[in-house]
Amino acid sequence: MSKYMVNLKINNTSIQVEEGTSILEAAKLLNFKIPTLCNHPDLSVAGNCRVCVVEVKGAKLLAASCATPVSEGMEVNTNSEKVRIARKHIIELLLSEHNVDCTKCFKNGHCELQELASEYRYGDHIFIDLVKDRDKLRDISSPSISRDASKCIRCQRCVRTCDELQSVSALAVINKGDHQTISTFLNKPLNDVVCTNCGQCINRCPTGALYERNYMEEVWHAIYDPNKFVVVQTAPATRVALGEDLGLEPGKRVTGKMVSALRKMGFNKVLDTDFTADLTIMEEGTELLTRLKRAIVDKDETVKLPVMTSCSPGWVKFQEHMYPELIDNLSSCKSPQQMFGALAKTYYADKINIKAENMVVVSIMPCTAKKFECNRPEMRDSGFKDVDYVLTTRELAMMIKQAGIEFDKLEDEIYDSILGESSGAAVIFGTTGGVMEAALRTAYEIITGNEVPFTNLNIQPVRGMEGVKEASIKIKNTVPAWNFLEGVELKVAVAHGLANAKQLMELIRTGKANYHFVEVMGCPGGCIGGGGQPIPTSEEIRKRRAEAIYAEDMGKTIRKSHENPEVIEVYKEYLTQPLGHKSHELLHTHYKVRKRY
Amino acid sequence: MEQKQLKKIDIIFGWDEKCTPIHVVEKTIKKTPENIILDMIDSGLKGRGGAGFPTGLKWKFCRNEESDVKYVICNADEGEPGTFKDREILDKVPEKIFAGMTICGYVIGAREGYIYIRGEYNFMLKPLQQKIDIFNEQLRAMKVDFNVYLRSGSGAYVCGEESALFESMEGKRGEPRNKPPYPTVAGYNSKPTVINNVETLVYTSEICRMGPEQFKALGTSDSRGSKVFSVSGDTPIAGIYELELGMPLKDFVDEFGDGDTKAIQVGGASGHCVPRKKFNDTIIGFEGIPTGGSMMIFNSSRSMYNVLHDYLEFFTEESCGQCTPCRIGCQQLLKGIEAVKKGERPPTYLDDLKRLTATMKIAAKCGLGQSVANPFTSIVDNFREEIIY
Repeated sequence: MSKYMVNLKINNTSIQVEEGTSILEAAKLLNFKIPTLCNHPDLSVAGNCRVCVVEVKGAKLLAASCATPVSEGMEVNTNSEKVRIARKHIIELLLSEHNVDCTKCFKNGHCELQELASEYRYGDHIFIDLVKDRDKLRDISSPSISRDASKCIRCQRCVRTCDELQSVSALAVINKGDHQTISTFLNKPLNDVVCTNCGQCINRCPTGALYERNYMEEVWHAIYDPNKFVVVQTAPATRVALGEDLGLEPGKRVTGKMVSALRKMGFNKVLDTDFTADLTIMEEGTELLTRLKRAIVDKDETVKLPVMTSCSPGWVKFQEHMYPELIDNLSSCKSPQQMFGALAKTYYADKINIKAENMVVVSIMPCTAKKFECNRPEMRDSGFKDVDYVLTTRELAMMIKQAGIEFDKLEDEIYDSILGESSGAAVIFGTTGGVMEAALRTAYEIITGNEVPFTNLNIQPVRGMEGVKEASIKIKNTVPAWNFLEGVELKVAVAHGLANAKQLMELIRTGKANYHFVEVMGCPGGCIGGGGQPIPTSEEIRKRRAEAIYAEDMGKTIRKSHENPEVIEVYKEYLTQPLGHKSHELLHTHYKVRKRY
Repeated sequence: MEQKQLKKIDIIFGWDEKCTPIHVVEKTIKKTPENIILDMIDSGLKGRGGAGFPTGLKWKFCRNEESDVKYVICNADEGEPGTFKDREILDKVPEKIFAGMTICGYVIGAREGYIYIRGEYNFMLKPLQQKIDIFNEQLRAMKVDFNVYLRSGSGAYVCGEESALFESMEGKRGEPRNKPPYPTVAGYNSKPTVINNVETLVYTSEICRMGPEQFKALGTSDSRGSKVFSVSGDTPIAGIYELELGMPLKDFVDEFGDGDTKAIQVGGASGHCVPRKKFNDTIIGFEGIPTGGSMMIFNSSRSMYNVLHDYLEFFTEESCGQCTPCRIGCQQLLKGIEAVKKGERPPTYLDDLKRLTATMKIAAKCGLGQSVANPFTSIVDNFREEIIY
């Protein structure tokens, strides 16, 4: 349907835009910046903060530019005296309600309110300080996400994120008037509600009201401890985003610099979660094929299909709360982070002759849910806490700055071996569709002896930012062991962001769709859009990170998990075979049904 | 300026046995919707909730929208402090409301009408529902495809704001929406909706009963007809009175005051405070001070600081809290006058606060935050010394 064009003037400059465009968007096209706080490109329009008000000729009221569509002949002034006075009042009001302890704040320097306040240079705070119970409004119950209501400006970005993008609604508005605030069901601590720890709320919180539970000091302490052997693993998505917090453009690949920085910070070994991503493909791929065999050959009706990926701990907890009836569909594979921890403190510790009790495993993750995951009681199969500390990409950037490392001047370095080698298939775990693509590259080859029938191994149908993606591959020319799959059309689906996951689960639960294998990532865009990634986030930024991930894949000589020489070696030396006895002991787990209330 | 003398009227609560509300419906739906709209526009009826939007135009806008589903909603969330006339109407002549809703439904093409009644009036639900059932039965007998339903609010003042009312009816948190779109385009369930005050709907059915001429003969050119007032405060005869619009406030004070009237708060907490010296030249009507019907009379024993303080406490509590100017602005006004009273801020701080109310008036998201300026400036301007000392 073609749209009508609307003519209007903004600050005396004429412009023609599509009907339905907001004044804010139209002004942006003319390079007039209107300040905003409650507005976010990923979310619905709220029009709450009123910072973006503008004057429309002939109107008695100022218009919230984010929420007001353009109309024919409209004349807008974005910086009239009325607008400036109102904006000044509104920012001053927000500051009067805000716990302005910026230097002590975790978000210092990354706060949109601080930015606005500094743009407008307020000297005289005329209003009365309204902050109640300063320092008493923190909720640090969660191992992943901390809240500080004294910093909250009630923009409701977190509420909309939790509802619209994640369909979790752990956070909601409660009370009214001066008691209005953001809280959880029955005001319970965040750790006791349906929160999946995904951290998407942090990515969209304009102030320091939501931030990750940080473990930087604990990690520094371990590094300085001469009795500890500290190994670090880095998740796929960190290497295409870390640069953003260190002054580089979104989508810049910084793998080599990151390795170098970690070494300079004093980690004893710099290893790669990508290695266990490859290992995950071996285990999960085999699990899929085994379940298919049980279903097709053994006609076992108890077998659960589709197999659902379990790499994303936000997604796993979501499933535990929301779809307990589908909990057995989850692959029993631990996530790559936890496989790494379990192997590091057993196989690897033996190999390098370090006592597991003296080893500290640190993860650099794009994720806040990983902090929760490493604290799950199931994740102690090495006999110790398999992964000791999880740092977000943001925390790593802060630590690099603290260490005085000039990141952009670093020479590229490579990961230590062993547990440092990886394939291109592992790297793409970092973006939505990546696990599916990596699994298909390996599974198809196991079944048929041939490479997947896609140019350059790039399985385009599972790529891209569409919320739910479907694909199917017809299996032909099977090798004898997998003859029973001859002619089978392998059906797969991929979802990212929990609202999309919910949509997919509803299709599966009600029997409206039949898949064999389903990949779900808890965050929009997959791990590249994770709750621990640099802020800001938008679809544009996530796309650039995803492009970088695929470029990293193309740059690898090995592009299939089963061809990773270190993976082949670990099976030969230690694990014997996928789903073998040792694998079950170290690399697989179980899930628990959680209540919704 | 055109003025009328105080005159008591008996339209709203009057009962014509020969032409009961259901007869009005029967007679009116023989006309075309266009003709009914013309009658409404001709009558000059403006919304009685306080905002004063021409009712005929509202109906016309909604009729012009294309949609299979439309709604008529009666706003009975009578929450304005000092207003209690809708309660009486709901109690005494609810059939007139149902008739107005049915006629509106016929005009705009709606099959469902909802009465959203404030939570505090829940004691009325049962008798009201019985009358609704009878009325719906009569409509069915007449083969009129319209049903009246009853919905209860939960006690938030802001839900009287039309878009917050829709949100509440949809089962969500009662928070005002961004406008546009306006209700006639996207209201309840995002469908075209006419939302009228209780009293407005009664007048629509009365205009259909007696014709626009008789209604138009009352009031002034800007304020046609009569209006029901809730009179309270320092008066020996508190109660509900239907009066012709356009009278000077002085007449009102002479009739209802106790001889020592210092000020009248016209239009409830969100209205304007008129001091004694302005009684003579203040007209009650859309050309002067419009009102949803609340008339609070204060004599010289009252502290206007306390009055303002009460209002501000009310707004501080009843703001939905979503928008900055209203949520924080109300708190600052309240704390601000307390600070001036205690001498913690200079008297000139009142001027800073007045500038703040000017911002609230143009930048708040809905009528609640926008109208806090009314009581604040009118009380501070006229009773400044009472606020300071």
